[in-house]
Amino acid sequence: MPPFSLEADAALHPLQDASLGSLTMYVVPETSSLLPQGINVYVGKHRSALVRAGGGLAALRTLLQQLTQVMSFTASSISAALSDRVPSGQLGPDARRHLKSSLGYEITFSLLNPDPKSHAVDWDIEDAVNRYVQPVLDKLSLVANFSVDSQILYYAVLGVTPRFDKESSSFLLSAHSLPHVINPVEARLGSSAASLYPVLNFLLYVPERSHSPLYIQDKDGAPVSTNAFHSPRWGGIMVYNVEAPASPQVSLPLHVDVDMVRVMEVFLAQLRLLFGLSREELPPEFLLESPGNEGLADWELDRLLWAHTVENIATVSTTLTSLAQLLDKIGNIVIKDDVASEVYQAVASAQSAMAELAAGHLHLAFQASKEAVTSSERAFFDPSLLHLLYFPDDQKFAIYIPLFLPMAVPILLSLAKIVREARQQGTPERC
Amino acid sequence: PPGLENVCWNKGVDKAWKELSNILSGIFCASLNFIDSTNTVTPTASFKPLGLANGTDHHLLRYAVLPREVVCTENLTPWKKLLPCGSKAGLAVLLKAERLFHSSYHSQAVHIRPICRDASCLAVSWELRQTLTVVFDTFSSGQGKKDWSLFKMFSRTLTDACPLASQSKVYVDISPKNKEKELLEVTPPPTSVHEAIVQGDKRTYAVYDLLSPSLFNTSRSLNVQLKWKRPQDTELPTPILHAQRYVSGYGLQTGEISTLIYNTHPYRAFPVILLETVPWYLRLYVHTLTIITKGKENKPSYIHYQPAQDRRRPHLLEMLIQLPANSVTKITIQFERALLKWTEYTPDPNHGFYVSSSVLSALVPSVIAMKEVDVEQSPLFTSLFPSSDGSSYFVRLYTEPLLVNLPTPDFSMPYNVICLTCTVVAVCYGSFYNLLTRTFHVEEPSRGGLAKRLANIIRKFRGVPPL
Repeated sequence: MPPFSLEADAALHPLQDASLGSLTMYVVPETSSLLPQGINVYVGKHRSALVRAGGGLAALRTLLQQLTQVMSFTASSISAALSDRVPSGQLGPDARRHLKSSLGYEITFSLLNPDPKSHAVDWDIEDAVNRYVQPVLDKLSLVANFSVDSQILYYAVLGVTPRFDKESSSFLLSAHSLPHVINPVEARLGSSAASLYPVLNFLLYVPERSHSPLYIQDKDGAPVSTNAFHSPRWGGIMVYNVEAPASPQVSLPLHVDVDMVRVMEVFLAQLRLLFGLSREELPPEFLLESPGNEGLADWELDRLLWAHTVENIATVSTTLTSLAQLLDKIGNIVIKDDVASEVYQAVASAQSAMAELAAGHLHLAFQASKEAVTSSERAFFDPSLLHLLYFPDDQKFAIYIPLFLPMAVPILLSLAKIVREARQQGTPERC
Repeated sequence: PPGLENVCWNKGVDKAWKELSNILSGIFCASLNFIDSTNTVTPTASFKPLGLANGTDHHLLRYAVLPREVVCTENLTPWKKLLPCGSKAGLAVLLKAERLFHSSYHSQAVHIRPICRDASCLAVSWELRQTLTVVFDTFSSGQGKKDWSLFKMFSRTLTDACPLASQSKVYVDISPKNKEKELLEVTPPPTSVHEAIVQGDKRTYAVYDLLSPSLFNTSRSLNVQLKWKRPQDTELPTPILHAQRYVSGYGLQTGEISTLIYNTHPYRAFPVILLETVPWYLRLYVHTLTIITKGKENKPSYIHYQPAQDRRRPHLLEMLIQLPANSVTKITIQFERALLKWTEYTPDPNHGFYVSSSVLSALVPSVIAMKEVDVEQSPLFTSLFPSSDGSSYFVRLYTEPLLVNLPTPDFSMPYNVICLTCTVVAVCYGSFYNLLTRTFHVEEPSRGGLAKRLANIIRKFRGVPPL
């Protein structure tokens, strides 16, 4: 890792505009030694980058454009945020994979031990969460509220029986059987009963003694190095193999102390993927600084906030449109005053969010969009708006017809007779 | 008690109570979300918090009962999911729904209380205790013999203990009656025999310790069987404290709730706390409350009465009554039935409305002196049969729920009214109007329309002269 560019970045950090959404790019001369050989762009972990000039203004402009696309939002990232509302033909394959924007998330770490007779597994999850997960969540606290809990489940088996592979004398789970793994386990996780927010599950599976060691195969048939996979919008699963003891006459159950560093590395990487903070393929002249303990760089947080703000505003417009359609369908719904004030507030917040986005104030735009979503949800889901509470018009018709029809028929007939007679008498009768 | 009961000490107010009821309702698939202020009370004397507690402020206690609910398989499944081994190992393998609900009585409970983590009590942990009580009637289903076995009751046997359990035991009551030995035989032979004084009675238990390696040596499965050597007359001893409750009266206007409490102890008198929760639509007349023991009036030493508010709060009546030895105490109170609004009736209102059972809490003195059991030595046993000191034991008794009919309107009346009014209007008004406004004028006789020709054809068949 080039020490010069790191120090330069740290030294330049106090000079920058620290507001959310802003980016600072420093252009250094071609011969400068701040950047190592062969590297033309260095992206720091705050909101700045160092670019080496060279090859003329046009080359510099393309370089800067590429850099902006990496560090800030692009058309494809915004359309991925709006993916639920855009027809699927226009989206890339990675759309609809990222977590939907929400006011909070609940993260659950579960240890699955299907064979407690053979393995007595211990994990110091509280310490691991405080040490490794909490800094990342503190960085993300601007985006949403997070709550973390953990559980240990026994006799929880995966839904798929792994195949035995003779060459590697291990058990393998093939890539196409992975989607079937989650369903039977999900019934036991039991997390959705008590939470308002979407739940992210991270499972650590210790395979049974008879199925050890267990490896996950990717599409090409090679075992995955981290032995883990994740499912978009749900969470991730990691398989933790316990080494078979040297002597066959060891007393069961084996005591296993889980190496939390290895496990948390994988889980935090999966958390980044779930939120859509992945690093796509970059040209080889780019060098990205690793964000360290905090898990994500400031500009990555900004990208997340841009996407969430746009998604929130889209949600508000969808909700209010549905509410307007409901009111059109039922003419005599009564809107209470507090529901009306929530609607007004939602519209005002959404408009201010759009204005702030246009001006580039990301922080204010995000807060306004959050308020808009809260108000619109509160207005839409108010119990007084249930449309079954109101009589449909045709039922009222059905109640009053048997009463008024028998009365009305003789009146109408006699009216018709009067009209006929009046017309007949139009030819005057001389008595 | 029959139905669902929810008792909670919490620091929050009613909002936390409502959230707790809703969350428990989701977890256990039970209709606890019907608990609201109309069936929640705050009793002052009947309940004490279990485990560690910082004083007992009774304003923090909430108690609610839903007597109409039944316990079913969908409540058993989440209950089993809370067990660490689930129903895959240990004692819980016996709990299969189709046999458990084929019984005379079924009850399951979850208790949560804070306890000290160790002897120095520097940290507090939460203890979750789950209990399941089932009464199998093998006499009527077993061809008249009282022999039973685990396989006959649960249609499966125990194969191993849960590896996560630190204690896993089966206790079989083999107390000899009238000091006769050799009346019954338990197979396989138990790992140990434990004697204890439980609820004032000396009892002997055969203990099967599932964690001891000798138990599963001879056979892979454990099927506990009990056989009676000689036919026995089934005289069960009456408990020292028992109670009954019933509704009397006639008609749909008034009635009377009577509670009978029996104290069969030969020479000791003891007090009992009675907690009654009556819904608001039975309007209790507290001035008619009478407590009669052995023909004389018995004045309670503590009464707490909270009158009901219509549609908001039920009646709460708590009394501390002294029961003399060998006596029957009768408590009666009269009530009037209210007429509910049309939408407040349940879908089958003629079934009646349930009144939840009353709760009797008492420290019953035991006939035999009891040794205090050390909690550390046998934590399982003391949680099943707790005793506070050597001379008395705590009993909480629930009476039967009551089924009361309220004056029910006829729900088909709106339909009847519409039909009748419309018919009357049509017939009466229509005919009068026609009579008043009909004008007559001369009309040429016509050859006859289609109707006349059809009528003539029919008349020809009948042999009647045509029109």
